Amino acid sequence: MTNYLVLATLACYAASFGCYVRFLYAPTRAVGRAATFTLAGGLILHYFALIARSRVIHGVPYDDLAGSLSLFAWLLAATYLGLELVHRQKSVGAFVLPVVLVLFIFAHGFATPGSAAPPARGPMFALHVTLNILAYAAFALSFVASVIYLIQNRMLRGRRMGAVGWRFPALDALERLSRSSVGVGLIALAIGVTTGFVWAHRLLGRYWDGDWKVGVTLLIFAAYAAYLLLARTKTWRGARASALCVVNFVFVIFSYSIVNLYLSRFHRYL
Amino acid sequence: MELVLIGLNHRTATVELRERVAFSAEQARTAAEQLRARGILEETLVLSTCNRSELYGVPPETTADSAAAMELFLASFHQMRPDELGGSLYRHRDLDVVRHLYRVAAGLDSMLLGEAEILGQVREAYRIALDHGATGPVLNRMFQGALEVGKRVRSETEIGTRPVSVAFAGVKLAERIFGSLKNHSALILGAGDTGELVVTHLRDRGIGRLRVSNRSAERGRGLAARFAAEAVAWENVSAALEWPDMVVCSVASAEPVLTRAMVERAMHARGNRALLLIDLGVPRNVDPSVAALYNVYLYNIDDLQEIVEQNKRARADEIPRAEAIVGEHVDKFLSWQAGVNASVVLASLRERLAGEREAFLAARLGDLAHLPEADRARVARLLEEFLDQVLLDPVERLRGERELRRKLQNLEALRDLFRLDQGKP
Repeated sequence: MTNYLVLATLACYAASFGCYVRFLYAPTRAVGRAATFTLAGGLILHYFALIARSRVIHGVPYDDLAGSLSLFAWLLAATYLGLELVHRQKSVGAFVLPVVLVLFIFAHGFATPGSAAPPARGPMFALHVTLNILAYAAFALSFVASVIYLIQNRMLRGRRMGAVGWRFPALDALERLSRSSVGVGLIALAIGVTTGFVWAHRLLGRYWDGDWKVGVTLLIFAAYAAYLLLARTKTWRGARASALCVVNFVFVIFSYSIVNLYLSRFHRYL
Repeated sequence: MELVLIGLNHRTATVELRERVAFSAEQARTAAEQLRARGILEETLVLSTCNRSELYGVPPETTADSAAAMELFLASFHQMRPDELGGSLYRHRDLDVVRHLYRVAAGLDSMLLGEAEILGQVREAYRIALDHGATGPVLNRMFQGALEVGKRVRSETEIGTRPVSVAFAGVKLAERIFGSLKNHSALILGAGDTGELVVTHLRDRGIGRLRVSNRSAERGRGLAARFAAEAVAWENVSAALEWPDMVVCSVASAEPVLTRAMVERAMHARGNRALLLIDLGVPRNVDPSVAALYNVYLYNIDDLQEIVEQNKRARADEIPRAEAIVGEHVDKFLSWQAGVNASVVLASLRERLAGEREAFLAARLGDLAHLPEADRARVARLLEEFLDQVLLDPVERLRGERELRRKLQNLEALRDLFRLDQGKP
């Protein structure tokens, strides 16, 4: 059953990616709708795949790297879909869906569900982890938008639009999308970190015991908050803010990989 | 079922000649009526644009040289001598007509490769002809196919996507930066021909606000009235730079109209909001060093021309894909046409066999006079059923199998074999 759900999800995401690419070439309403609907279908199937995976491992689906990546992919796709509906901007989908697909394939293609049941940790812990991954997904979306912004900006200033320049979304749309997704990420991270502190206090009797993950997460929060403040200022508006957003994402990758795998004591995967 | 086309276009005729043989909508309707009333064509459609005048038609089967009759009609309709048209006209028959029309609808035969207006013009010409009952099954099928080809070529290839005029390229660049222009604004300095075209495109794309400034205050007010824009006094241009998202310069001036210091001041005052400068002036109106300023996008006439050339090459690269779509739809039409022809032949064959059956029964049932009337009627019915059964399979296959219809394109052999034309005038 899990395999069927995974394959069906993969098919939906792949079809959605195809439609979004097609939309860049021929931005018709029918193609745009097909892209959005197949993405929504993929999200629903992916949700059930995550539930099925939880049942198999008798625990939450993010206790190992693969499960965490799958949730990351789901939240990235969900955040993108939400912002697409808000901004009515479909041309970024062609650049977000490949990231979703790679994360999903990596998560489900190489996953080896553990047999040992992880300790029960309660809903607050689940909320803490989900919101933090949602924040990372939103930051990933702003990273994609900022990279496209920088490429498009370079082409426009160099007066060389090339073959792809005419198909990219407008700079203005990319800037707004990036700011919105960072806004979503910061709210999710703020609540996620707060619930983490509360949960740690209940479990350990103190809010922070010097774990690397907490320090790096606070650094990420500060870096993205700075981006959001600077992005509308005279000096940083435009390409500089986008470059800052790209640099900030390096901290996210560092936190998600090196910190989780090697440095943290309480945030390691099982 | 023959198809004939005569016409002239930008490649075969001068603009003067094209003007003389152009049809207004009313003239197109009248010409179509006259062509049918005089028995020159059974179905007809007139397609007339600034670059082409074409008569499409299906002549009666008995007409020997319908193209010549159409040429004479075209000359007389426009009160010209036939020899004035002769060298400029092209003539196509049957599938060449279909291919020609599909290429026209796809924009492959246009002066500006892939231009979109022609599809609307084909649609309008077809609508007029259809409304007045000038078309029939053949032209209906052909023109519906043409509209489909036009839509497919524009959605499945990039032949019409990238701008190929300097003015439109400027506007498309603005959309690359600002997205929809509805909430954005432009300032127009001076008014050259290209500048006016830019304004037209900006209006078409729904620009939010438009201001105009000219060295001559009077001319500036005149331009503002013509463009439905606000006028800005020339001496206030420097201050006005703080406001627009896009500035189009087209001023006859030996010195730059916008200096680096002016733009620098404006960018400071506008909080470094992105500014697109389109410099259409020769000599240039904007100091080239302005391009180095943060969040300023400067394009001069050469930059735009280079973009246009790149886009033209990109459009030309799409020709094979567009031609493939045309070819696919020509095949579809051919298959449909073969199906119609085959149906006609089968109907004739059925009619002939029915006649043969009657003659056969009349001759042979005479020898069976001892049979009761009911049995004689039964024999007649059995023979009829037998003929129906013999014809059922080929008819069904012809309806269902496109490849078979293609193989049977030349049905004259079948007509000869069964002497289906015997007794026809």
